[in-house]
Amino acid sequence: MQIVREQDVVLFRNRVREYSTKIGMNLVNQTKLITAASELVRNMLKYADGGQVIIEIISNNARNGVKLTFIDQGPGIADVPQAMQDGFSTGKSLGLGLPGAKRLVNEFEIQSKPGEGTRVSVTHWKHGR
Amino acid sequence: MERIPILKMGPFLLVTIQVDLYDRLALNLENDLITMVSKTGARGVLIDISAVSIVDSFMGRILGNIASMSRIMDAETVVVGMQPAVAITLVELGLTLQGVHTALDVEKGMDLLHDKIGPDQLQEQDEEEGPDDRTE
Repeated sequence: MQIVREQDVVLFRNRVREYSTKIGMNLVNQTKLITAASELVRNMLKYADGGQVIIEIISNNARNGVKLTFIDQGPGIADVPQAMQDGFSTGKSLGLGLPGAKRLVNEFEIQSKPGEGTRVSVTHWKHGR
Repeated sequence: MERIPILKMGPFLLVTIQVDLYDRLALNLENDLITMVSKTGARGVLIDISAVSIVDSFMGRILGNIASMSRIMDAETVVVGMQPAVAITLVELGLTLQGVHTALDVEKGMDLLHDKIGPDQLQEQDEEEGPDDRTE
């Protein structure tokens, strides 16, 4: 799914809700995943003028989960460990986006190089573990 | 353009957020509310988020902003009706909504607002009754 406008955030969140409902994720876990997704998609819009998100349902040893991959061609992140710290932001936000999103989901991966964009993938399992 | 309606109820402003806010809508609400506080001299703002299923850091920041701006304008803000899943998520996200009063539902929120501004208002009424010809 392409993300180019801020209205896409709401559409995207609804899409994530559909997928997590489909695998029977409970409301608290859904809310965590969607909130994390919302943070990440907002980052993508703000810093990279949008990008692409892939929504997948994945299974691992009879566990079902939703995996989201955020890919942008933005400026990239110079210092990833720094960006993962609470309260750090190059914009004027609270600096909770990346570290907060990481706390909300089960698996979190980030790859970024300056000038080459950023790729973040998050996975949340049906039962939240 | 889409807008969130703001209702005036006595000395309070009442906002019910019925849709998932996108950024522009949230920023408009912030703006409209502060304008209304200034225009009406409201002493309290009650924001009902019982229909909001997702509060992310942006939304949290807007709520915090509304509370601090209102406070500077001499109005208290109470956020009511937060869904349990939203509360769990907010805390894990690291957002504690400091400076924002909360109440379980609209009724309790109204009580809280009344408590907060009650004594002040009585004082004001006393002053008005007194021999005072200042014009503000």
